[in-house]
Amino acid sequence: MSSADIYRELILDYYRNPRNFGKLEKFDISAHDTNPLCGDEIEMQIRVGENSKIEEIKFSGRGCAISQASASMLTELAKGKPLEWVKLVAKEDVFKMLGDPELGPSRVKCALLGMKVLKTGVYGYLGAHYEDPEPGT
Amino acid sequence: MLKTEAVDVERIRRDFPILKRTVHGKRLVYLDNAATTQKPQAVIDSLVDYYSRYNSNVHRSVHTLGEEATAAYEGARGKVTRFVGARANETVFVRGTTEATNLVRFAWGEKQVKKGDLLLATRMEHHSNIVPWQLLAKSKGATLKFVGITPDGNLDMEELDRLLGESPKLLAFTHCSNVLGTINDVANVSRKAHKAGATTVVDGAQSVPHFPVDLSALDVDFYAFSGHKMLGPTGIGALIGRKALLEDMDPYEGGGEMIREVFDDHSTWNDVPYKFEAGTVNIADAIGLGAAVDYLTSIGMDKVREHEIRLLDYARETLSKVKGLHVYGPEDSKERSGLIAFNYADVHPHDLATILDEEGIAIRSGHHCAQPLMRCLNVSATSRASFHVYNSYDDIDALKQGIMKAGAIFKV
Repeated sequence: MSSADIYRELILDYYRNPRNFGKLEKFDISAHDTNPLCGDEIEMQIRVGENSKIEEIKFSGRGCAISQASASMLTELAKGKPLEWVKLVAKEDVFKMLGDPELGPSRVKCALLGMKVLKTGVYGYLGAHYEDPEPGT
Repeated sequence: MLKTEAVDVERIRRDFPILKRTVHGKRLVYLDNAATTQKPQAVIDSLVDYYSRYNSNVHRSVHTLGEEATAAYEGARGKVTRFVGARANETVFVRGTTEATNLVRFAWGEKQVKKGDLLLATRMEHHSNIVPWQLLAKSKGATLKFVGITPDGNLDMEELDRLLGESPKLLAFTHCSNVLGTINDVANVSRKAHKAGATTVVDGAQSVPHFPVDLSALDVDFYAFSGHKMLGPTGIGALIGRKALLEDMDPYEGGGEMIREVFDDHSTWNDVPYKFEAGTVNIADAIGLGAAVDYLTSIGMDKVREHEIRLLDYARETLSKVKGLHVYGPEDSKERSGLIAFNYADVHPHDLATILDEEGIAIRSGHHCAQPLMRCLNVSATSRASFHVYNSYDDIDALKQGIMKAGAIFKV
């Protein structure tokens, strides 16, 4: 697969026009993390609604096209879902959402940063702890 | 632009076996030399030769292999010492620049720095010349302040003078920035620091590999550099220290080799520099570094410098034609080293590096272990192409082509 395939229209569109970008005035969950390799940075905020549903979710940050597009797409997917859904999200879901680009080990971290932040925040809110299966750089 | 070579690049390239390989089916264009350089066959051979012919521990072996290994290890120390214009017994072998600054932090800092003292670093430092001083300041209750940079990427000399007026104990600064390429006037800055009563620690990781350095003219207290950035092996570097300071310092690590006599309740220390080389040293890589020094000397560091200036001029001219590309650091190539940090439109450096890698081009992307500087420049990351003596004008043309490809993919 070539980089032209990695950086397809979809990813570039979400990079340049990120959905759910910004901050919430009122939120119940907030989490932030960086990718020490790149300096990619993602913050996510969630307002929890009735029946523990993700009522509102926004993300902010800066970084490469893959990290920003991935975070943005994830917020769209999460909106309206129950918090428990976040526990079921796996990295394969994120790759699929991005169109299964062929990413080297260093770029996989970029793709998964949004999921890590989302899980860290939601697990904490639910009184659990999210352990990153691939910590560090 | 006239493309003439200051060195015989084609001949030099043949000395580096790795340059024959391909990456993703393309010729390897290696432009990540500020991170680490490739190794000439002579350096690789020196390691094989040591392990296959005279591998032995040094200093305490009376047998033939031990004497040969000791002669080669100490011979390498002599080569490194002469290469940078240091004096005998002032060269301590360390793992690299990071271990050198940490050695000074422990062996000098723990003894000399007191509660309430002021330490200075600059905003263009690599993390290896910031974090040890942060840790020292924290453990001693001292304060760490930073000398800023001017918009054109030079040290802010007014701020330097003002902060030196606060009588700092230490000034840690780089000879050459690994992002901006800025070459600092080490002799002048160090003289100012000494007048203010400060001890100077200079990061030479990006200078010694790229241009002639003569420490006898620079008036610094501690000077550190890494072997792997100057065509040598990883895991070896040097700390050059003023002898009186080294002698006054406590040991860094305790163990074999660094002692004179050991009793039940105390020990006495070996002479400088052995006092700082505890345990079995990195013999093979020190010998490899000696071979790298020989190789660079055979080309001539003034030639290496001239070659890099020409590449830099050519790269700046070539890249100036790329719309949306912004280069950081001083304008004049004579005031900077052979590296170029840049950003291209809204293409993030990591995305650019991924696209270039597919063309066989290796550059660095990210914060370059200089996050305080990134904040100064108000960016989270930059791309960086850095040169050495085996790079050619063709490499720069390939870089430009790769950037244009990224532009097409990102529809810049």
